[in-house]
Amino acid sequence: MTALATTAGLAGDTAPGDPGPGAPAPDRRLRWRSLVSRVGFVLPALVILVALLWALFPGLFTAQNPTETVAPALQAPSAEHWFGTDATGRDLYARVVYGASQSIIGALVAVLVGLVVGTAIGVTAGAVGGALDEVLMRLVDVLLAIPGLLLSLSVVILLGFGTTSAAVAVGVTSIAVFARLARSRVVSVRVTDFVEAAYGSGGTFFGVLWRHILPNSLTPVIALAALQFGSAILQISTLGFLGYGAPPPTPEWGLLIAEGRNYVATAWWLTVLPGLIVVFVVLATNRLSQALRGGDAA
Amino acid sequence: MTYVLRRVGQAVLVLALAYTAAYLLLAALPGDAVIARYGSPELGLTPEQIEAIRQSLGADQPLVVQYVRSIAGFLTGDFGYSVASGAAVSDLIATALPPTLTLAVLGLALAVFLAVTIAFTATYGAGRGLRRVFRGIPPLFVSLPVFWIGIILIQVFSFRLGLVPVIGANPVQALILPVITLATPIAAPLSQVLMRSIDEVREQPFVAVVRARGASTPWLLWRNVARNALLPTLTMAGLLFGELVGGAVVTETVFARAGIGQLTAQAVANRDTPVLLAVVVISTVAFVVINLIVDLLYPVLDARLRTSGPTRGSVAAPREDAADRAVDELVDAEVGATVAAAASRGGNR
Repeated sequence: MTALATTAGLAGDTAPGDPGPGAPAPDRRLRWRSLVSRVGFVLPALVILVALLWALFPGLFTAQNPTETVAPALQAPSAEHWFGTDATGRDLYARVVYGASQSIIGALVAVLVGLVVGTAIGVTAGAVGGALDEVLMRLVDVLLAIPGLLLSLSVVILLGFGTTSAAVAVGVTSIAVFARLARSRVVSVRVTDFVEAAYGSGGTFFGVLWRHILPNSLTPVIALAALQFGSAILQISTLGFLGYGAPPPTPEWGLLIAEGRNYVATAWWLTVLPGLIVVFVVLATNRLSQALRGGDAA
Repeated sequence: MTYVLRRVGQAVLVLALAYTAAYLLLAALPGDAVIARYGSPELGLTPEQIEAIRQSLGADQPLVVQYVRSIAGFLTGDFGYSVASGAAVSDLIATALPPTLTLAVLGLALAVFLAVTIAFTATYGAGRGLRRVFRGIPPLFVSLPVFWIGIILIQVFSFRLGLVPVIGANPVQALILPVITLATPIAAPLSQVLMRSIDEVREQPFVAVVRARGASTPWLLWRNVARNALLPTLTMAGLLFGELVGGAVVTETVFARAGIGQLTAQAVANRDTPVLLAVVVISTVAFVVINLIVDLLYPVLDARLRTSGPTRGSVAAPREDAADRAVDELVDAEVGATVAAAASRGGNR
């Protein structure tokens, strides 16, 4: 486990330069490691910070309009148009920058839906127990039994196409995982001595739940939420690619790649560059959440 | 025997609940499919004609009757009719299934091969650097959008290198890139679980004993480590099936291959709920059956589980089913909380 997390946290950084040839002195090695771990933390944090700023203040990063024709169509990347231009002469970099808000806000909504609904189900099941626990966990089993993408497609068909419904659809698929994690944590905290003691000293059910059980059980749930963020970005871009997310003029990342698909032979930048941005952001989120939760990035 | 019966009963219950949920989501809530299909003024149908269509489709019955009927239909292989094309859904699925099965089987085979290669190289490979690099592969694979992998593969292998023709490819050539695309997202979690269980098994004292008695690394890997790592991997089967279904939808869309995935994508685009309902129900049945088989195989493969019942050892007969355990295990790997242990503790109360 630790080994896996460690490598996941390090992945790319250590790949080019293995920590020193031969057997470096222990102190040098230590310094190198802490440096690597700092890079492993700072780099993803920077990527996410930039993505967040793109989402909040896209105007600061590009002067160009994402939905207007500003140049000849299908220009290769240049100093003027960093990511080139698309089939109708729109600046691709501007579209990617403005698209960040779609993906990131969508992912936030998705994670919130999963976190709130899933945790509510899990905490209720774990804290109340008995028949209610059985019923709720069978419902969670049902959510688990339907393959993720099909579940989100069913929700999308019900809610209609659009950014919000795509986000909700992605959120629904993560309810089951949150519910199971929250329940198992609550159940294990509930049987500890200090909870018994709290009840013994006259605590009410909700009082103990709020003051003792929840604070002691939700840390892994928050860690999971951070991890789900990256996969939510991926899933939302998948729905966008399939055409069930934001409608066409909107610069959503998945949609950008879908639009560039017809020009793979002539304009590689239309699919490669937005895709790379998605990969960087998702990688950064995964790395950061791992670094945050254990501090075992090195 | 009681274990088998209880597991089968549980599977049937989950299936029934899942069917109800899918039916509510796709048939009951979205509103009147008949109006959606025949109500547009361009068709020029009179209200009486629409009413006749409604009667012939059974849409004038109360919801409960329709629900029971649809269950009967599904049990007899009658999945209703596509709203978009009017064709029988069972026919649509029957024609779409073979190419998807080919793709899925090959994709899964490649994914297993990749996962085993990655996991063994990452744990027993020569040199720290090599092991590091291979350990970094699964987190990278997990972060790649499947549709993007497909497009990049087309770009590199078809357009830059000209290795796989885009137009006029023979059936084998047409399968190469989709299979790679589909295998990537499946290989990632699989190799992660494999690596984790290899790491766990090789820490066990018996491995040191076997090695001390002169076992070579391949022998050790094959006879001891692989056998013990198989169980957690098997638990993942259901989850991987889900990935496979999702991957097929995306892969078939990217490569414009006919199949269940494309059928699904079109059904969503046309709001063809009967088709989507059929796909959802069939995949759910497959998922539940896979997990049932895994659960029933578990005691066969793991001697510690054979005496199910009042064993209060470190491993008791699994109370949750394979789907639950798989999720818990993934969460364990990702979040580092021991869900599985806590969950079973709660179960034993």
